[in-house]
Amino acid sequence: MLARVFALAGFILVILSSLLGTPVGSRNFAIIIVWIAWWASLILIAVPLLGRGWCSICPIPMPGEWLQNGAVLGPINNKKGFGLNIRWPKKLRGIWLQNVSFTVLALFSIVVLTQPHITGLVLLGLILVAVIVSIIFERRAFCRYLCPVGGFIGLYSQVSPLELRVSDTSVCADHKDKTCYTGNQDGYGCPWGVFPGGMVKNTNCGLCFECLRTCPHENIAVSLRPIGSDLSQARGRKLDEAFKAFIMLGSAVVYSLVLIGPWGVVKDAAFAVGSFPWWLYALAFLLVVYVILPGIFYLAVRYFNHTIAVNREPARSFIDYSYTLIPLGLAAWVAFSLSFVFANFSYLWPVLSDPFGWGWNIFGTAGIAWTPYLSGLIPAAQSIVLILGLFWSIAVIRRISSERNTPILSPEFQPWRIWPLVSYSAFVTVGLLWLLVG
Amino acid sequence: MIDLQMQWIDFPNKSSNVFHRQPLLWSVIGVFGLGIALFPIPLTPHRPVERNFRVDASTFEFTPAVLKVNQGDVVNIELNSADVVHGIYLDGYDIQVTAEPGQAAYLKFVADRSGTFRFRCSVSCGALHPFMVGKVKVGSDYLLMRGAGIALLALIAGVFGFQK
Repeated sequence: MLARVFALAGFILVILSSLLGTPVGSRNFAIIIVWIAWWASLILIAVPLLGRGWCSICPIPMPGEWLQNGAVLGPINNKKGFGLNIRWPKKLRGIWLQNVSFTVLALFSIVVLTQPHITGLVLLGLILVAVIVSIIFERRAFCRYLCPVGGFIGLYSQVSPLELRVSDTSVCADHKDKTCYTGNQDGYGCPWGVFPGGMVKNTNCGLCFECLRTCPHENIAVSLRPIGSDLSQARGRKLDEAFKAFIMLGSAVVYSLVLIGPWGVVKDAAFAVGSFPWWLYALAFLLVVYVILPGIFYLAVRYFNHTIAVNREPARSFIDYSYTLIPLGLAAWVAFSLSFVFANFSYLWPVLSDPFGWGWNIFGTAGIAWTPYLSGLIPAAQSIVLILGLFWSIAVIRRISSERNTPILSPEFQPWRIWPLVSYSAFVTVGLLWLLVG
Repeated sequence: MIDLQMQWIDFPNKSSNVFHRQPLLWSVIGVFGLGIALFPIPLTPHRPVERNFRVDASTFEFTPAVLKVNQGDVVNIELNSADVVHGIYLDGYDIQVTAEPGQAAYLKFVADRSGTFRFRCSVSCGALHPFMVGKVKVGSDYLLMRGAGIALLALIAGVFGFQK
């Protein structure tokens, strides 16, 4: 609860500073807190280690939840809640809408992450949509089906060493009320619409711990597990998540080229929203993310299936093996983020004392000069991260191809025939090394 | 109640896993990997010279954005700001200089470390200031070569390091 209060207070200050404060990004609390401090915490620590841990304290769904619950801190399952509580339409389930919302945000991201008032308007827009969705639909439908950040947090939560699962599914089978899902006097039913008894992956678990409160049999536990365990789980692999892997990998590649590269013309194009160069940039972004990267991977998968004489539906194989790119994409985002996070982290100290850029000096740190941290170590750190991501991706390729190609099912299968898939990961890694370190 | 436990998911047992490591090959790959990562690479001798560069800074790019020198060279950079105050901070060397419009500023250093070092604008100059970046390439980029070498080794290990 304290963490949620802290996050909400920070969010309010972000909105106020973005709309009322200085337009100079490096002196504005909103830009530094959101795109340096929060992003660094999210991609370097929270997502890899805690999965959807951020979602448990995110302030964006809070007003909607208060309306649904009819209270901020009031009685559990208060019947005075406000809202229609309609179930999310079946045809709109999955993360396709989140893929679209992330893509839209990504196309405008150069403007969003450098202009304080744009950051503020985007966050206000998200909270407005979240409130409207909460009034119409049940539970945290915005978080589960629309949030642009939640899509990739959910995908990458599959590598987290933390999981929330039931201890004994037979206890759930015998429990008629399923209060983990429906709620009781001890807590709300799962706000994410997940039935913990059937959960096999972290993807949709927001780590709110409501089910730990509502389970009368203490049959739910938070546990530590080997990192990346969900990637070995064949159940629940879907095309929308497969494409999410390409969206994240592709956007890391494009951003590495545009933002970390020395080519001013592409930076200008990405910034000049609405201009002809921007349309070219947007087209190139969409081609890389939705056509080139997945297209080459599809060909690699088809060739692999052909060489092992497997008559498996290509789409199914494409979906399965796309999950091998999750560790690669996460490594790419960590390496890309290292390029700018430590170089600009020192901007945090002045904005803590002067969040609006109005000349305040609350904590006496307003005069601290910009100082890049660890600039000599970052390239080596990026290289190590990318190489580790490659090794991990290869390990997942090995594991997934094992589950589908035993000697009985695929007599032609030889381990070395995974070379098209391994080569894909290796070439993408070398490309990222060249963009970020070279 | 939150119950923290140490639980470990069982990996598929070996009989269902068609990949079995080849210990000898993996040992060789490991040795090669350490060699690629750590073995000192003999330098191609170059007589150090003094190199002069004029770099023009405007929102939001440096021209030229890539400077190439040999290890040991004395590098002189004349920074000219075309529009607003710009600066150069050189990663890895931790040196910087600031130039006002119409007034050149000078940075001089010995490129004693090889590799690719990004330089970035050190004075808030506008929206894309954090991404106003150029590069100094000193000699050969051994970090990139080592990284690419290990990636290639990972490919070889991943493809040939297992038997059925």
